[in-house]
Amino acid sequence: MRGMLLALGLLLVPVSGHAVSSPADMLPDAALEERARALGKEIRCMVCQNQSIEDSEVALARDLRLIVRERIVAGDSDSAVKAFLHARYGDFVLLRPPFAWSTAILWATPLVALLAGFGLILAARRRMAAPAAPTPLSAEEQHRLAALDSEGGNRA
Amino acid sequence: MVASRRLLLLAPVAAAALGGVGFYAALHRQQTGQYNPRGVPSALLGRTPPDFTLPALEGSGLEGFGSEQLRGLAGPVLVNFWASWCVPCIIEHPQLMRLSRDGVPVLGIAYKDKPEDSLRFIRQHGNPFRRLAKDEPGRVAIDWGVYGVPETYLLDRQGTIRWRYAGPITPEVLSEDLRPLLARHA
Repeated sequence: MRGMLLALGLLLVPVSGHAVSSPADMLPDAALEERARALGKEIRCMVCQNQSIEDSEVALARDLRLIVRERIVAGDSDSAVKAFLHARYGDFVLLRPPFAWSTAILWATPLVALLAGFGLILAARRRMAAPAAPTPLSAEEQHRLAALDSEGGNRA
Repeated sequence: MVASRRLLLLAPVAAAALGGVGFYAALHRQQTGQYNPRGVPSALLGRTPPDFTLPALEGSGLEGFGSEQLRGLAGPVLVNFWASWCVPCIIEHPQLMRLSRDGVPVLGIAYKDKPEDSLRFIRQHGNPFRRLAKDEPGRVAIDWGVYGVPETYLLDRQGTIRWRYAGPITPEVLSEDLRPLLARHA
């Protein structure tokens, strides 16, 4: 039981996101290294595609991590580093793609889904607020009800 | 009321069916080579290659090249990034050999490869390259936007990049995509 609890507890411990960079690749200046890491988190590893270059062990990701650090040391701003990579690999290299006509659906989907959800909720509430009037009893049903009533009356 | 509710119940089934059809279509097109899920369009299409010079692969007897050799061409040229450690490159090789026999200039760049391994590869499988350079650090490849090997770029007479193919040029890609492009830019 205690072992189980320990295992569960370990599952909850957050796994460090940037365990990949070897210490030799890091910048000596901690502030610059921090910038490089934050930037690298926004750059897609083109090989594994769903990881950032900071999270990937692929050789190309390492090359790109080193390039990001070189550009930063050379004095590039964050946006200049991104522009450097964007010029080579296009929109796809940015994990947060720029807003353009080609990416409009991508960016608009959450908003559309949210609006659709609100629409559904509103519609459901309106239906609940005004419940449909029950259909009146047919002549036959009224007849039967009367018969039942009188039967019950007799017994009382 | 009842009818619309029944319709609503069918909606998830319809959505799943639609997804299934889409998935099947994607798989089918992938199988026939019409759809490449990794086919991210190159950022260099319609542009000239980046400035670079790369040394020759020593021992190949071929010259290296750089952006200077990719301007004002006699006809369309292919630039092929490859490596001896790359398995799809072996699949692609016969197509490169055929192109070379047909007189299409194929310029090779050995990417992140040991020169002796690259040499062994072309001795074993044949040399389709008119020029053969090496990019051991892989930096020039990054300037081209290469993200894996093999990758092939088609340059027109002006040296503008017209087509990029990421992955091995199969016989189908050769006949259906590359041949028509070569004819158009001839």
